Amino acid sequence: MKSFDYIRATDTGHASAEAAEGAVIIAGGTNLLDLMKLEVMTPDALVDITRLDLKQIAATDDGGLRIGTLVTNADLAAHMTVRTDYPMLSQALLAGASGQLRNKATTGGNLLQRTRCYYFYDTATPCNKRAPGTGCAAMEGATRLHAILGGSDQCIATHPSDMAVAMRALDAVVEIEASTGETRHVPLSDFYLLPGDTPQIETVLRRGDLITAVILPAPAQGVQSYTKVRDRASYAFAMVSVAGRIAMDGDRIGQASIAFGGIAPQPWRDADAEAALVGQPATRETFARAADILLADAKPAKDNAFKVPLTRRTLIATLTDLCGKAAS
Amino acid sequence: MNTHTKMDAHHVMDAPDHRNRLDDMAQGILGTTMDRPDGPLKVTGTATYAHEDHPAGMLHGVLVRATVPRGTLDGTHDAAVLALPGVRRVLHGDRFLRNPAQGTANEAPVQGSREIFYVGQPVALVVAETFEQARHGAQRLVLQMTPGDAVTDPTADDIAVERDPDEQSSMGDLDKAMKDAAFSVDQTYTTPGHTSAAMEPHAAVAWWDGDKLTIRASAQMLKYNKNEIADSLGIDVRDVHMLAPYVGGGFGGKLGISPEAVAAALAARDLGAPVSVAMTRRQVSEATMRRSETVQQIRLAADADGVLTGIGHVARVSQLEDEDYAEPVTQATPFLYRGKNREIGLELVRVNATCAGSVRAPGEAVGLTALEIAMDELAVAAGIDPVELRRRNIPEVDPSDDKPFSSHTLEAALDDGAKAFGWDGRKTKTTDGDWLVGSGMSSAVRVNMIGESHARVTLNPDGTLLIETDMTDVGTGTYAILTQIAGEMLGVTPDRITTVLGDSDLPESAGSGGSWGASSAGSSVFLACERIRQEIAKTLDCDEGDLTLKDGIATAANRQVPLAQVLGDAPLTSTGVIEPGKTSEAVRQATFGAFFAEVGVHRVTGEVRVRRMHGSFAAGRILNAKTARSQCLGGMTFGIGMALTEAMIFDPRDGRLVNGDFGEYHIPVNADVPQLTVNFVHERDPWANPMQAKGIGELGICGAGACVLNAIHDACGVRVRDLPATLDRILDGLPEV
Amino acid sequence: MQTRLTINGTPHDLDADARTSLLDALRNHLDLTGTKKGCDHGQCGACTVIVNGRRINACLTLACMHDGDEITTIEGLGQPGNLSPLQAAFVKHDGFQCGYCTPGQICSATAMLQEVKDGWPSHVSGNLTGAMDLTDAEIGERMSGNLCRCAAYPNIVDAIRDAAEVKA
Repeated sequence: MKSFDYIRATDTGHASAEAAEGAVIIAGGTNLLDLMKLEVMTPDALVDITRLDLKQIAATDDGGLRIGTLVTNADLAAHMTVRTDYPMLSQALLAGASGQLRNKATTGGNLLQRTRCYYFYDTATPCNKRAPGTGCAAMEGATRLHAILGGSDQCIATHPSDMAVAMRALDAVVEIEASTGETRHVPLSDFYLLPGDTPQIETVLRRGDLITAVILPAPAQGVQSYTKVRDRASYAFAMVSVAGRIAMDGDRIGQASIAFGGIAPQPWRDADAEAALVGQPATRETFARAADILLADAKPAKDNAFKVPLTRRTLIATLTDLCGKAAS
Repeated sequence: MNTHTKMDAHHVMDAPDHRNRLDDMAQGILGTTMDRPDGPLKVTGTATYAHEDHPAGMLHGVLVRATVPRGTLDGTHDAAVLALPGVRRVLHGDRFLRNPAQGTANEAPVQGSREIFYVGQPVALVVAETFEQARHGAQRLVLQMTPGDAVTDPTADDIAVERDPDEQSSMGDLDKAMKDAAFSVDQTYTTPGHTSAAMEPHAAVAWWDGDKLTIRASAQMLKYNKNEIADSLGIDVRDVHMLAPYVGGGFGGKLGISPEAVAAALAARDLGAPVSVAMTRRQVSEATMRRSETVQQIRLAADADGVLTGIGHVARVSQLEDEDYAEPVTQATPFLYRGKNREIGLELVRVNATCAGSVRAPGEAVGLTALEIAMDELAVAAGIDPVELRRRNIPEVDPSDDKPFSSHTLEAALDDGAKAFGWDGRKTKTTDGDWLVGSGMSSAVRVNMIGESHARVTLNPDGTLLIETDMTDVGTGTYAILTQIAGEMLGVTPDRITTVLGDSDLPESAGSGGSWGASSAGSSVFLACERIRQEIAKTLDCDEGDLTLKDGIATAANRQVPLAQVLGDAPLTSTGVIEPGKTSEAVRQATFGAFFAEVGVHRVTGEVRVRRMHGSFAAGRILNAKTARSQCLGGMTFGIGMALTEAMIFDPRDGRLVNGDFGEYHIPVNADVPQLTVNFVHERDPWANPMQAKGIGELGICGAGACVLNAIHDACGVRVRDLPATLDRILDGLPEV
Repeated sequence: MQTRLTINGTPHDLDADARTSLLDALRNHLDLTGTKKGCDHGQCGACTVIVNGRRINACLTLACMHDGDEITTIEGLGQPGNLSPLQAAFVKHDGFQCGYCTPGQICSATAMLQEVKDGWPSHVSGNLTGAMDLTDAEIGERMSGNLCRCAAYPNIVDAIRDAAEVKA
């Protein structure tokens, strides 16, 4: 770990100003320090925002929920409104990491976690995300963890978050304060960037930006769940995860909101696949068609072809379950 | 210490000991579930592991890894690192260990940092005033390396294969037996590399007092380790003092010294200050020992009754060049089952990857696992209950050399386990919600042995007892069982017994490894105590056999005398020595057991969960029913990990270990492990040692994975032959959703 | 960096490099080596301590970020001869072998029982809003952030269940 200047932010303006000067914002630190120890990340300065008043969970005027960026994963998962009105979010959080990590990891930090690609973590290997232009060691290497959708010829790393997948399905909006003091709102759908030729740029955040909150819209209709498939029963990243919400309209699917984790560089949603569900009867054929659309462009690497059938099966089972519950 | 009498008790195990002397004792603590005496220290954080005794002025060292699989280290840019704040030294050179010493090596492994043999080889050490400074210095040290030609894919077609003649055996005509068989299996099984992954990373703190080196280490076998240190440094072993009172797990990974210990000693000498070096978790994975991956071709031929007529077991493993150790995959195959026609062999290929060495139960852990999957395949093919199939194939004598077994308990373990598990009423090919449920079983077997071991026992006039040996407790329960053995023999309650371990100045023990620690160190304590009993008997003018010692009172011929009165004012001290002898060759000694598991396979995702698992084991006299059970729980869980999640993933392009951390090398977590059950089958093995006890530390893993994999097959019909059974290896065989 | 940490009720003034993790501060600067380093990356839980009532991985946080915080380590839960109910239950049930992960397990379990009391659900809770029963599955899931290679898991579950029942 390289030496850095440690700055304790006094307010959000201070934090943004330091960030604009190049400081990296630290809150829970559970991923940042992990990466700094390995010198995958080597900031010159850290600005500690943990003393700022960004720990509130509050109802919004339009019936939604504003989650302060410093709300821990544990507190968010346990919050009664989240448990009752956004259960997939509680489930996603509880499926992630460990009790200890959830007590430290924050809402904003979770959105910004970096990939678990083996090679990203090994500074002796080429990695376009860690060291732009050096190449990608994963592409011809060990790729069990990697993306089948949304990758580029520069990078096929996946986004590891569970929370963000649920938030994507819930149409969350990220509240960002810039160093100019201006606040803007970016839907999570627009927040992440695909790797393309610049896998090192993962979000629309600009220098000096501070995530201050995540805003959930008013609870939507229907039944929701978060399903995580992984290599051991707990404390492992997703091979695939599905955050789903289904509302029935009579005997047909009225609304469908489905996001995926573990298979793409960002929490993944496919509007066409969802459209193929809406207005259709809740049958296996309908679900299979949605899966076909979702996976039509899947590009597996050497070791992760299994994610195609795994995603397909998990999606079909999730839809079967949700539609069944939504209908009853 | 002033000793009343010098009384050594030296016993060579040349003949069986049928006396069962421990059964005659009166104290009643041996074999009980006595709590570990070290427990209160461990649960309060006051047991001190290697990196927990910090001498004043201690500096911190961090190792630097080679990043190419083969080549030379032409130089290091030391100046830039030395200019960093706090950095005191950059070390490399001829004495750096390339890799750890193999278990019982007793000498230095390959040394030198100039030639690079694998990615992760420690080639330099950066020492600084603080850990943070040293870590950064190590990360910033630029290595000038000239890459050489590396072999990094052990499965390459053109790879050279070595066949040690001692590891190849052939009997009869297996090809013909296969042709004539009523039922047969001919399959290839693969297991990936495994890492011991003890929770305490390898660490050492070293300091010098003139020519005398003291080193606190995380080490399993001090008798050998001190010689390995001395040889590595080129110093007299009498100048080496090693301390390892508490060791945070070993599992074979700490049998021999490893690179951090020598680096710490070199740096401490160079800088004239104590130096600590702790490996990072990734360094533990890369630069200590791996269990080799295996490719195992197994052929089983059986007659119409399922009785084996032939066994073929040929395994290929890999190793770094200039290392002799080859994972002894087929170790138990020659004597486990019947079958006159045999081809058993072991092939070795050389790769530039992490050194291969002992990981819990070398040989049987992976070899028996594959064999027991094959046996399940045979049971299915023959339509014979898998428990019954095994019963029918228990040999009367070791089929490879017609030697008798010292004791044979496989059938008893099978019967006990089947009953305890409820095998006859087991869940098979059934469903429970989204879970496909099935059951499986496998046999357990592990070779048994002892090693020369010394221990000193001192009975003090105040009735307290002191046990001293350089033996280690790596979690195995040594503190408990030595306390119990001595207390049982001499009639002293555990609260009056002090057991001192892990100090190389104490009498030399066999050390912890190969499941021989308890038998060996325990026997030495037993012998010392027996000698003390003889002395007491002499004082009381009775036969030792007529002497009863309990709660500090000696009873002989209706006379009761407090021990204090017997001893007068001087302690009684004896050093017991056990040595392996003719019994290790005259008979085939092994421990046996049987595993049973019920698993669920998720019908959608292929995820597997072990729902319950049972093991019945026979390992001679059980010295502590609680710690022995814990050893079995640990082994069985290693088996679950081997079956379902554990695999070292090496990038075939450069042999780089890509998942050297706990995030991606998946040892089982609490949620992966159900409430396992364990039974012990009564046994006294007179050939093993004077305690009639055998090793229990590894039996629990030997074949354990197979019962889980066999249960998967029963649950969903998918036969996984390439371990571990991660969901991607099951998915294709599941019905459509 | 000057940092004031209150550890097991005693204030400590730490003067250390900003890079110092809370774990390394405890082990290397304050001689509180009961808290263990197993992986240094939040992947094993051996370093679990309780900060302001919550269990966290001491390896993945900077000591300087905890100025003024109340920290409980294994040394603060009980001592030989004065074991906490959980510590005693771990001894009784052999909830460890080598003992290296044990302080983390016990700190984790101590805080985990409070989480259950507070009604926090877990991944295996059938109902996110129902009563939280301390089943074996709940204990196993909630303790999965603490690896044990000796694999004392069944005994750890027994110990925690036992201690929780005694408490209740």
